[in-house]
Amino acid sequence: MAANVVTLTTANFDETIKSSGTPVLVDFWAEWCGPCKQIDPVIREIATEKAGALTVAKLNVDDHGDIAMRYNVMSIPTMIVFKDGAEVQRLVGARGKAALLRDLETSLA
Amino acid sequence: MTVHPHRRVIIIGSGPAGLTAAVYTARASLAPLVIEGEPSSTSDQPGGQLMLTTEVENFPGFPEGVQGPELMQRMRDQAARFGAEYLTEKVTRVDFSSQPHRVFVREDEYTADAVIVSTGARSLMLGLPNETGLIGHGVSTCATCDGFFFRGQEIAVVGGGDSAIEEASFLTKFATKVTILHRRDKFRASKIMQERAFNNPKIVVRWNSQVTGLVGDTKLEAVEVTDTVTQATETLAVSGLFVAIGHRPNTDVFAGVLDMDDTGYLVTQPGSSRTNVAGVFACGDVQDHTYRQAITAAGSGCMAAIDAERWLEHQHASTAK
Repeated sequence: MAANVVTLTTANFDETIKSSGTPVLVDFWAEWCGPCKQIDPVIREIATEKAGALTVAKLNVDDHGDIAMRYNVMSIPTMIVFKDGAEVQRLVGARGKAALLRDLETSLA
Repeated sequence: MTVHPHRRVIIIGSGPAGLTAAVYTARASLAPLVIEGEPSSTSDQPGGQLMLTTEVENFPGFPEGVQGPELMQRMRDQAARFGAEYLTEKVTRVDFSSQPHRVFVREDEYTADAVIVSTGARSLMLGLPNETGLIGHGVSTCATCDGFFFRGQEIAVVGGGDSAIEEASFLTKFATKVTILHRRDKFRASKIMQERAFNNPKIVVRWNSQVTGLVGDTKLEAVEVTDTVTQATETLAVSGLFVAIGHRPNTDVFAGVLDMDDTGYLVTQPGSSRTNVAGVFACGDVQDHTYRQAITAAGSGCMAAIDAERWLEHQHASTAK
């Protein structure tokens, strides 16, 4: 089943992180980043499993470097969790599914 | 706890060594299960260290060069074609005290007659107090992942081997100036890589320079550099520091089970891939601190596969008597 992962752009970024009824996990990624590609299936699985409790979104830093810069992203993958538009958690670096779910527990509580 | 169907061969790790062992054992109809690891940004990940590199120019058969991740994907596909299966998890515990050998991923148990260990090595860090907190905020172990964010800035690379120079050269695509900080007075890198560094106008080399401090609270602002000869300390303003000072083997999970040397590398019997445990073989960087090349890892993966095949045949022959 295809997970519902939101593709973020400069146009819909603020709206998405502010108006979502759930926390939003934003994965900052790029085509040339190997670890980013490896976590893509992981975050898609999490999107499906946590549907309704967590919104999963991806932002391509090549296309929307302005947003990466606004959040001082200097390494990818970086995953930031937003609640009502505010950053509540930041995870830098790829990790496996079990580790990612464990790390996200605080934001999902 | 789930116990999975028994296998003839389990391969732990999926760099060039593990995947070559997978190609060979799969072609020998041994249907290997490759427990390939899980995503990470430290080169301890599926595909291994080559997943964090760009152009690989010295793997025979690719005269135009090949991207590291592409090479690994092709090796993975090649083994899959002959029946290798993959599990994208990290082994958490092993029990090699009796046959069959047991390999655990958390509560899941996998058993096999023969196990090939090819868990590789991962990047060493400097070990400075605030280093961990600054990873992703200026301190990086992955030039290909993070170089992009340092466009137009001045940065530094620590290290003196091939990977340090490769990273420095790559980073000149983005940075205006890249200082290589090396604690000795000459490089350990190959001639061709050294020339590349010396000929690149954006690269400055500082010899006898050890990084002894990181300046910055929320992001890196400068590094403290100590001259190893005069002990003089100086602050170098950089927004990025790429660490390429070497590797350590991924052998924590085998502590007390497989023989290791003082630095944690697995010990194999000379001229073979055999470890101290019958039916457990080791190949690639996890047992090699001398050559550490993709091609030597692949070669030793082939050795491990053949050693494992012969060992399995011998076991079969002796139980059939």
